[in-house]
Amino acid sequence: MDQHKKKELSIAACKIRRSIIDGVHSAKAGHPGGSLSIADLMAYLYFDKMNIDPENPKKEDRDRFVLSKGHAAPALYATLAHRGFFPVEEMITLRHTGARLQGHPDMKNIPGVDMSSGSLGQGISCAVGMALSAKHFENPWRVYTVLGDGECEEGQVWEAAMFAGNKKLSNLTAYVDFNNLQIDGSCDEVNSPAPLDKKFEAFGWNVIVIDGHNFDQIEEATLAAEKVTDKPTAIIMNTIKGKGVSYMENVCGWHGKAPGDEDYAVAVKELDEMLAGLM
Amino acid sequence: MADVKKIATRDGYGAALVELGKERDDFIVMDADLAEATKTGAFKKAFPERFYDCGIAEGNMMSIAAGIAATGKKVFASSFAMFAAGRAFEQIRNSIGYPHLNVVIGATHAGISVGEDGATHQCCEDIGIMRTIPGMTIINPADYTEAFKAVKAAVNHDGPVYMRFGRLAVPVVFDDDYTFEIGKGVELKEGTDVTIIATGLMVAEALEAYEILKNEGISARIINMATIKPLDTEIVLKAAKETGVIVTAEEHSVIGGLGSAVSEYLSENYPVPVLKLGVYDTFGMSGPANELLDKFGLRAKDIAEKARKAVALKK
Repeated sequence: MDQHKKKELSIAACKIRRSIIDGVHSAKAGHPGGSLSIADLMAYLYFDKMNIDPENPKKEDRDRFVLSKGHAAPALYATLAHRGFFPVEEMITLRHTGARLQGHPDMKNIPGVDMSSGSLGQGISCAVGMALSAKHFENPWRVYTVLGDGECEEGQVWEAAMFAGNKKLSNLTAYVDFNNLQIDGSCDEVNSPAPLDKKFEAFGWNVIVIDGHNFDQIEEATLAAEKVTDKPTAIIMNTIKGKGVSYMENVCGWHGKAPGDEDYAVAVKELDEMLAGLM
Repeated sequence: MADVKKIATRDGYGAALVELGKERDDFIVMDADLAEATKTGAFKKAFPERFYDCGIAEGNMMSIAAGIAATGKKVFASSFAMFAAGRAFEQIRNSIGYPHLNVVIGATHAGISVGEDGATHQCCEDIGIMRTIPGMTIINPADYTEAFKAVKAAVNHDGPVYMRFGRLAVPVVFDDDYTFEIGKGVELKEGTDVTIIATGLMVAEALEAYEILKNEGISARIINMATIKPLDTEIVLKAAKETGVIVTAEEHSVIGGLGSAVSEYLSENYPVPVLKLGVYDTFGMSGPANELLDKFGLRAKDIAEKARKAVALKK
């Protein structure tokens, strides 16, 4: 990836992180940790990779995206907002009564959201259905989905993986946000889904393991997936939960907790400084 | 009724899918390893490239169906009622119901008339479960003809549809010029003393009950309520006002089904006695289907007895 593009994506990811914090702070609830950990991927997909049009969110030949780990909705909303699907200022309405930015993605009311999600394990099946539809009706677009590592403890993930492998849905790319933390503790302590690479391989998938905060690796893996013609691809992203906000990084407690005013001020300062350094 | 032609409603489902397949190619049919039993096998045989088997993973199938529907295509997802409405409830609620997607759920082997497989497979709760999902349409056809026509109507419906079919061959009540409309009850017999609102295989029994009651001098109105949600409240209200008492008849638990829907509506809008005939808060059991219908009191004579009690309440 050339330096210019990398800089643009770094700026986008930083703005996404700032809006995640703005939204969750305003909501006084939500999931900052797992939203921050996928911000780099979201920037890459929406600011570079995917065929989408903010002016025409439902254009038929668009690539589809399903946030299977629907609790990372702030990351999806922030990405869509900065990409121009709706005003960035709307982020502070997140989770407010009557606002369209629901706690988990709502495809009926939010421009750019391709699938409602939030009940873990279901999103990947929906993405599989989209990929099946694209293959069956001979449409060229691809389907991207993001799973949580803890989410992979849901049996439905493996039902979906079995089906996608069996039906050779090569137009599907599933990213796993492997930050190794879930609500009740580290994945290892709770009920480890590892080794995810071997599991997805066993289910007939092409598997690539990357650093989920490295744009070169994200791009390389995503493009490599497009060259595989007989298997879906799982990209296991090693990530840092809470990435970009110092006190949230690798701290389990920030899975589903909003920063108070003091913590918010610290996060804003850090992210604004990071953004200034990138400009 | 030995000379009456009998066909299972699930056969109407399969036949309608095949006909739809000849008419249009913008839909997919899915099953969860039960294609022979649900009768999607007929479609699979006619259009193998348009049929996808999800294997024994009903929840996954429902969410896959949602994903297909989210791309603007039509999809049928089939299993037994127990595993569609039961096992996959949450996938239907969250993946299909919440985004109000155009998925038709073809749920066969509903009720105790599953027969020998017994309680684990006899779903008498599905209507109740599905009724709690906002925006869900629920259709429980009375016979082969209605099942066939209802499937063809469901594919053009905006929003999710839960279709309930039976395993047992039941009398064909309607002829080919019968008109089916989603959300409309149909008055099959005029009557003034009591109204019997029936659904599914209980419609044929209700028509027999009509004759029993007629011989006793009781004028029973018979309504076929194929669509349980949204309920045709107009025809229910009219019946309550004109006959004063209602009997509901369904091969489903008396908790949550047609009887509940009718009672819930009338208790708030025009309270009259509603006597519910159905499965009384109990599990099913193994046995030949027709013996079970006798044992569980889901016959014309049982409906007639309820109707007599209802009429007596007026005195």
